[in-house]
Amino acid sequence: MTDVVTAARTNPVTQDRLRRIGLSLAAPALAIVISLAITSLVLVSTGTQPFHTFKIMLDYAGQPRTTTLIINSAVTYYFAALAVAVGFRMNLFNIGVDGQYRLAAMLAASVGGAVTLPAPLHVGLIIVVAVLVGGSWAAIAGLLKVYRGVSEVISTIMLNFIATGLVAYLLTPGRLAVTTQGSNNIGTKPIPASGQVPGISLVPDSPLKVYGLIVLAVIAGFAYWFLIERTRFGFELRATGQNEAAAVASGVNVKRMVLLSMLISGGLAGLVGMPQLLGSSYTYSLDFPAGLGFTGIAIALLGRNTAIGVAIGALLFGFLDNASQILDLEGVAKEIVLITQGVIVLSVVIAYELVRRYRIVAQQRDVGRALAQAEPVPHDPAPAQGASA
Amino acid sequence: VSATTQVKNAEPSGSGSSPVSAGALVTVLRYRLLLAAVVGLVALSAVRVISGAGDLTSGGTVSAALTLAVPIGMAGLGGLWSERAGVVNIGLEGMMILGTFGAGWIGWQHGPWLGLLAAILFGAVGGLVHAIATITFGVDHIVSGVAINILGLGVTQFLARVLLEGTPGGGQSQSPHIPSLPTPSIPGLADALTPVEQHHWFLISDLAGIIRGLTTNVSVLTLVAIALVVATYFVLWWTPFGLRLRACGEDPYAAESLGVRVYLYKYVGVVMSGALAGFAGAYLAIVASGIYREGQTGGRGYIGLAAMIFGNWRPGGLVSGAALFGYTDAMQLRNAAAVHALLLVVAVILAGLAIYALVQRRFVSAGLAVAFGVLALFWYLASDVLPPQITFMTPYITTLLVLALASQRLRMPKADGLVYRRGEGH
Repeated sequence: MTDVVTAARTNPVTQDRLRRIGLSLAAPALAIVISLAITSLVLVSTGTQPFHTFKIMLDYAGQPRTTTLIINSAVTYYFAALAVAVGFRMNLFNIGVDGQYRLAAMLAASVGGAVTLPAPLHVGLIIVVAVLVGGSWAAIAGLLKVYRGVSEVISTIMLNFIATGLVAYLLTPGRLAVTTQGSNNIGTKPIPASGQVPGISLVPDSPLKVYGLIVLAVIAGFAYWFLIERTRFGFELRATGQNEAAAVASGVNVKRMVLLSMLISGGLAGLVGMPQLLGSSYTYSLDFPAGLGFTGIAIALLGRNTAIGVAIGALLFGFLDNASQILDLEGVAKEIVLITQGVIVLSVVIAYELVRRYRIVAQQRDVGRALAQAEPVPHDPAPAQGASA
Repeated sequence: VSATTQVKNAEPSGSGSSPVSAGALVTVLRYRLLLAAVVGLVALSAVRVISGAGDLTSGGTVSAALTLAVPIGMAGLGGLWSERAGVVNIGLEGMMILGTFGAGWIGWQHGPWLGLLAAILFGAVGGLVHAIATITFGVDHIVSGVAINILGLGVTQFLARVLLEGTPGGGQSQSPHIPSLPTPSIPGLADALTPVEQHHWFLISDLAGIIRGLTTNVSVLTLVAIALVVATYFVLWWTPFGLRLRACGEDPYAAESLGVRVYLYKYVGVVMSGALAGFAGAYLAIVASGIYREGQTGGRGYIGLAAMIFGNWRPGGLVSGAALFGYTDAMQLRNAAAVHALLLVVAVILAGLAIYALVQRRFVSAGLAVAFGVLALFWYLASDVLPPQITFMTPYITTLLVLALASQRLRMPKADGLVYRRGEGH
């Protein structure tokens, strides 16, 4: 410990790195503190003890059954947030993850219910269909942006509504849906056992299993990190996001990048419905969860579009969504966590912006000091990255 | 005064054209809008005669379309205030949700007018949060807007749970009934027009239906909304205040150099935007349904934004965008046969567009228009009814098509969506 501190004092590069890590943790920490404070204020104003409420939630989350549910929610959210994050890294706003995953899950469920194949092939086929559908739906927005100059924000919002209509149209008896016996619910034909993914008993003593596709989530997270941080494509993607003019000048084909990242984003969005579809419902029915795309946007913002950050954000949202279920029994409105989530997202983006500005000022100060001393100092490894990462 | 004249002189050069050609362009655009309205009416009327779907232009349809168009138009007007000041406001949806709740919560206890006031205040608070995040803290506008949508929904659901549960006729997801507002008509006009409408004459009956729809049982809030559009146009385009506000959206650093308090103008634009979104929410709660209900906005904040872009960031354009959305919405709710006839209308309009594009030698656009037109015609001939889910999609597909065919002609405020920091212009 002392070694680290001494080293940090003596070595400016290490010092800079430590400061960078400290600052990037400061923003989310600040946001969580602010949101807890505001949540507490709201709770107090409605006559509830905040600390007692938090304790109940934490206790409930510690129960094996709830823990499993939290992980399962997080797996689903993780895909949604990664899908959004790919776009965000190059300043592309894929607000349409919501429509992409619903259309993808519905069509993949129909294909999965219609065929019988050996187990791995069957699962693979369903996932490939979902990725292709999600990717193609997102590609419409990409094509419109590249060839007709239509803002992806508006086109993906419109495509969300169109997907809603299309899903409702296809999900009627006689088209892709069958009626479930003994209920008013209608859904696609159930996927046979060969197309299902068994759960994993990850949490001890839990009556429920964790989605088997948690493995796919881990792989997707790793692939995302590798693609963005370690490949030429990822470099060009980040370069385009940080300074498009500079990227163009250095030979990046921005049109191609927009199309490709939209395809990847939509492909990842196609995976959002998979854990639930292949792990528990086996059919796309009227009560299939909607709105996950917007949760994904919130989590991507919270996790700063990095594979690890997004994972932590997904777990946090999974915790808030599932642990709050106990609150109604305790006489507290469980909708309080919706306020917490909203405040976290808003305060985290403000906190990141403040940290970013502080960093630029600190760098300028350092450079100024170094110039004033007019002696050779170790060059900052990547000033541009530090300024805007 | 001198600052004003200078900004005034600076404005035309900011839009990149000389005053004369800009004036000519405006005249052409005005005629084109009028021409489009006339062509649209003739097409609708002809299709009504051919298909016999009388509901295409009946007074009832027009009246329903008006009620559905107002919230979209008001959300779009909110977007206009914000984006003309240079701040993209995708948080309109969240502000509108806050408005519906404000109207429901105060409205059922203290009457619709106080409900309206509460809705405007709630929306304005949402706008203020967006302003603080984007203007003071410099957060990306779309990021902040998305966060406000999440926050607005969360706050509303929590407050509804706490404040509306156990109220007479209300519950955690809806408010008790809000007393309604007066719906005046022009006396005698409906009696005179109804027989004309029932004769089903080409054009004359259609005009009678439209006029009847626009003058019978119109809510006072609709009248207020129309007044707000006119007032917005006047304030933003014909006053020094409006010129300065728009200058902040075109080139904030130029405005700054002329002594305009850019932060202040942006704040005014965004808070006004929230207030108008709140008004849109109040209209939904008070006029369209008589209660606050969870999920009532149904994405109309986003549609309002689309209507504004559709309308090229101009009040007249956004009104036509809102009318288009309101009309297709009304058709979908009212009459299946008439909706089917809309396919023929689409085919006719696309044929017209194709000819227009051919004359202008834009062959790609012409080809696209022909392809979609043939598709619509074929669909019309091959089917008897249009599934309601497909009708639901029409306004969104129309928006996408319009943006795809005309996005190069749209011109948003030059500094729209860019983060402005005082004194950092280069």
